[in-house]
Amino acid sequence: MSLNKDFGEYGGQFVPETLMNTLKTLEREYLEYCSTDEFKNDFIEYMRQYVGRPSVLYYADRLTKMSGGAKIYLKREDLNHTGAHKINNAIGQALLAKHMGKTKVIAETGAGQHGVATATVAALFDMECEVYMGVEDIERQKLNVFRMELLGAKVIPVSSGTGTLKDATNEAIRTWAARAEDTFYIIGSAVGPHPYPTMVRDFQRIIGDETRKQIMDTEGRLPDKIFACVGGGSNSIGMFYPFINDKNVELIGVEAAGRGIETGEHASAFAEGRTGILHGMKTYILQDEDGLIKTAYSISAGLDYPGVGPEHSYLKDSGRVIYTSVTDDESIEAFKTLCRYEGIMPAIESSHALAAALKEAPKMRNDEIIVVNLSGRGDKDVHTVAKYLGKKF
Amino acid sequence: MNRIDEKFKIMKDRGEKAFIPYVCGGDPSLEYTEKIIYALEEAGCHIIEVGIPFSDPLADGPVIQAASLRSINGGFKLDKFFDTVKNIRKKSNVALVAMVYYSTIFGYGKEKFINNCLDSGLDGIIVPDLPYEEYDEISALIENTDLYCIPLIAITSGKRMPTLVKNSKGFIYCVSSLGVTGERKTFDKRIFSFINRVKEETETPVCVGFGISSKDDVKLFEKDADGVIIGSAIVRRIFESDGDLDKLKSFIKEIK
Repeated sequence: MSLNKDFGEYGGQFVPETLMNTLKTLEREYLEYCSTDEFKNDFIEYMRQYVGRPSVLYYADRLTKMSGGAKIYLKREDLNHTGAHKINNAIGQALLAKHMGKTKVIAETGAGQHGVATATVAALFDMECEVYMGVEDIERQKLNVFRMELLGAKVIPVSSGTGTLKDATNEAIRTWAARAEDTFYIIGSAVGPHPYPTMVRDFQRIIGDETRKQIMDTEGRLPDKIFACVGGGSNSIGMFYPFINDKNVELIGVEAAGRGIETGEHASAFAEGRTGILHGMKTYILQDEDGLIKTAYSISAGLDYPGVGPEHSYLKDSGRVIYTSVTDDESIEAFKTLCRYEGIMPAIESSHALAAALKEAPKMRNDEIIVVNLSGRGDKDVHTVAKYLGKKF
Repeated sequence: MNRIDEKFKIMKDRGEKAFIPYVCGGDPSLEYTEKIIYALEEAGCHIIEVGIPFSDPLADGPVIQAASLRSINGGFKLDKFFDTVKNIRKKSNVALVAMVYYSTIFGYGKEKFINNCLDSGLDGIIVPDLPYEEYDEISALIENTDLYCIPLIAITSGKRMPTLVKNSKGFIYCVSSLGVTGERKTFDKRIFSFINRVKEETETPVCVGFGISSKDDVKLFEKDADGVIIGSAIVRRIFESDGDLDKLKSFIKEIK
């Protein structure tokens, strides 16, 4: 038994031969173990008792009245343990690692959220943990580096390339190729070689599955539009996937337009319409005419990635998901709005999804329904927002 | 006849093993790469591997990563690289194999890339991020041409190995140890029996690379393999010798 390694023409396994058997073993173990009742019960139990799921689907009354259109619901992934959706996937992969008898886990991280989630599960399951992080990101996210260290993880600085998330991912893959015999690589987004994009989606689909049930319970029908931000695309694919066959539900993925697509300083993998290979997958990518990967830019470290998960590329071409983008300025405006109107401080990543939703809501009727995936909380971003607003401490 | 086959025939007749150096194209300039290639040929190398620098080289260690970055920052362009190969072909018959990431081939356009390899006179390509399962990306473009795609195999290939070496041409690149390119102090003990298993499976010459940096390493692998590939150790010396090609030549003579 095996899974399809491709999403249409995207996905695949563009990795060195030294990793191929490792990936095949991973795929087999994933298929066999993660379909058992034992795994499913364990996973759900950790989701309930440890993560605090189900996360609420909150009706944002003041925000709805302010925008004067569709009813706005927020899926509160920010209320999860560790403050974002990343923990869902980290628990799933750590359970698999444990089942496979691995004693060490490694991870890449950009802003540090996935690094913190991995360090957390490593502590929980008593595993050694190394987190690869670009030197630029270490500088920008000192608090998260210390959080990971408090949790017992070792943070490995990566100075190659641009010293950011894409380089940390390269280094994690290189390390894994050398140490796969006792080490499990917990990838944080729906990216990488097969089976990672599928596996991460399956661990994150709990977001969409819960949302579906919750909106049916409160509204008796499915929403008209669902918004989620897209960096690598794990919170969005987790939210969208259970709604793919509901053709009346419009799905909108929101990328980071940074300082504006036209400035070239952005993180929208779809903006330039080129497909290429990065981190073992074929997908839409920012690259030059020689195939060199371009540096992405966004105020949000979690969206600052030059590629996108391969299933999103497939969903873009098929037209099932509409992809749009939101600038730094627009996302910060949405961040402030949610703070003031609902007393909720969202992650800047999630503020991108919110900004796109707030543009749409006033154009819709007040019996229509919007769901925004609030993928993480904004405490980690307070410094970035302060700097953006010119506030000094 | 493909120059790789031609060179292996010459070496076999003379009872020589292949000594395949790797240089990073464009480090620090393509003009200099051209001079290095002539120098390596003068030092007795019949086959030379030229790396095409990539921004995100997954299979490479720190030395080649740094060389790639120097090359890219120095303005490396694929069009200029193919022009350089054409220039070399006017003066030299050395076998040239490009080490190139599939990201580059796909990003540049695979038809255009393969055509330019053939036009410029490259003899083979080694594509570290294109495993057997993805080979159909380029197989139709390469079949029935004189360009060889050199297969990579590793001790972790296990049961896959016979499939990977079947129908191989030129030579087989056998990865000495797990992980990335770069100098090493020790090698995985399983490699020697593995080389011999590969040789039982195929007539194609088997060359070992990754981590080989000294005369002792070369001798160690020449017992079982048909040749060795030396990358990081040479790239480092080219960088340190600061334009003095005689230093490079004497290093080659010293360890060859």
